Amino acid sequence: MKNLIRHITLVIIVAAALLTPRWVLAQDSIVPAPTEESQAPAPEGKEKFDAKSFIFGHTGDSYCFHITEIKGEPVCVWLPVIVKCKDGGSWHCFSSKHVCELKEGETFNHKGANFYVAPINADKYPGKLVEVKADGSLSRPFDISFTKNAFGIFLVCAFLLAFFLPAAKKYKKDPMGQPTKYQGLIEWLTYMVLDGIIRPNVPEKKVKKFAPYLLTVFFFIFFANLFGLIPFFPFGANVTGNLSITIVLALLTYFFVNLFGNRHYWKDILWPDVPIFLKALPLMPIIELISTITKPFALMVRLFANILAGHIVIMVLMALIFIIGGMYGAGMGGVMSIVSIFMTIFMTALELLVAYIQAYVFTILSSLFIGMAQHEPEHKS
Amino acid sequence: MDLFLPESGLVIWMLIAFLIVFFILAKKGWPMIMGAVEKRNAHISDSLLAAEEANNALAGIEQKRQETMAAAQAEQIKIMKESQDLKNQLIEEAKTQARQEAEKIVSDARLKIEKEQAEAMANIKNEVIALSVDIAEKVLQRELSDKAAQTAYIEQLLKNNPTQIQA
Repeated sequence: MKNLIRHITLVIIVAAALLTPRWVLAQDSIVPAPTEESQAPAPEGKEKFDAKSFIFGHTGDSYCFHITEIKGEPVCVWLPVIVKCKDGGSWHCFSSKHVCELKEGETFNHKGANFYVAPINADKYPGKLVEVKADGSLSRPFDISFTKNAFGIFLVCAFLLAFFLPAAKKYKKDPMGQPTKYQGLIEWLTYMVLDGIIRPNVPEKKVKKFAPYLLTVFFFIFFANLFGLIPFFPFGANVTGNLSITIVLALLTYFFVNLFGNRHYWKDILWPDVPIFLKALPLMPIIELISTITKPFALMVRLFANILAGHIVIMVLMALIFIIGGMYGAGMGGVMSIVSIFMTIFMTALELLVAYIQAYVFTILSSLFIGMAQHEPEHKS
Repeated sequence: MDLFLPESGLVIWMLIAFLIVFFILAKKGWPMIMGAVEKRNAHISDSLLAAEEANNALAGIEQKRQETMAAAQAEQIKIMKESQDLKNQLIEEAKTQARQEAEKIVSDARLKIEKEQAEAMANIKNEVIALSVDIAEKVLQRELSDKAAQTAYIEQLLKNNPTQIQA
């Protein structure tokens, strides 16, 4: 527990330190200026290394899956862009190739609507697809593009199905047969979660009911974390370090806790055992209701911040090579790259640990909250 | 801070993908794995219980066997002892019988010997008598001429010891 707190504190400090320059920058230019002004033009001849774009470009979401660059030409997997324009606009679906390859100031016209992707260091909608209206104003369309992270989600989901379903099929076909090594692995993984996380927290009678959700959540987070650490296509999407994903997981936990909560759980929230003036106002019920929301909220932020911070630290260590190289020349950059590689190896090893710990923590807290909502008091007062 | 704002599009994709995977795994995945493992656990513990029972039964059988063996051994010893006794008794009996027989034979023999001795004695006596009569006859024939002397001699003999002559 102490280590966990220390770890979280560290992560928060690192995240805060890294994010501060963004706030400062954002305050510098309050006016939502058009794109030309928001970007400092690159100096002639030598392109300046933009660490912020580099880091957030890699940790954030993206419309295309950037694999590598060959002779200055990006090699990408172009993912579909699906948007619906605001104010009764129409649906637009096109390849992200059209918007990702745009030069500065250009827009892509699709069925009468002009789109472009705002640069990562833009003030408004950074890194997002924006519609440029006829009068030059920007509007963010309703965007359900199949982005890099959506791709990452589907990859993890496909992996989960491909990993667990064959074992289940084998078990169904021959439940008493001698398990293969693969089944042994599945059993080990499943029972590690089931006996190590779920059983200690959820009442025994309810384990069958809640185990599928908790197991799915654990393995989803765990494999998403691991895939996020693999730096090449088709992995490397920062899935669990994205608030949109953790908010869904937290909401599902919230629903599982509160929809299946029993009478005693709701009684403790709405009419707790406190002096009557505390609940007649109703002070305590409000606090308790808020607490039901803060619990999954903490789950959401914890997972998101931990994974994002890990990715940012690794990207910062990588960016250091170019920053130092830009400041002191290629020689220092070379020296720095050696240091950076060792630091990155260390961080990646740490992130492997974090990948498991965060999946573990999310699942154990989810099962704890679910178990608490299922708790039957042993004596009635 | 777009970093801290959820993207509606990604939320929708996540919700769809995760719920599909959750429902598939909840229907076809986890229950099968957990069910099979639990079934096997139950089977193994049942088998262990059965094995223990069988072991106990076997131990009982073993004990019974040992008891039977011990009883049989005791019986064997008893029978052997009895037969030994019987043998000894038989030998003893046979010996006594033989001894009695021998004694009888010996006594019979003795009796016979005695009888034959007596017979022989009688024969010898008869022989002696006959011989003496012969001798006497011859003597008498020789001394017949002297009749007076003869008669006196016979009378004297008869007077002195009539039994001696008889025996």
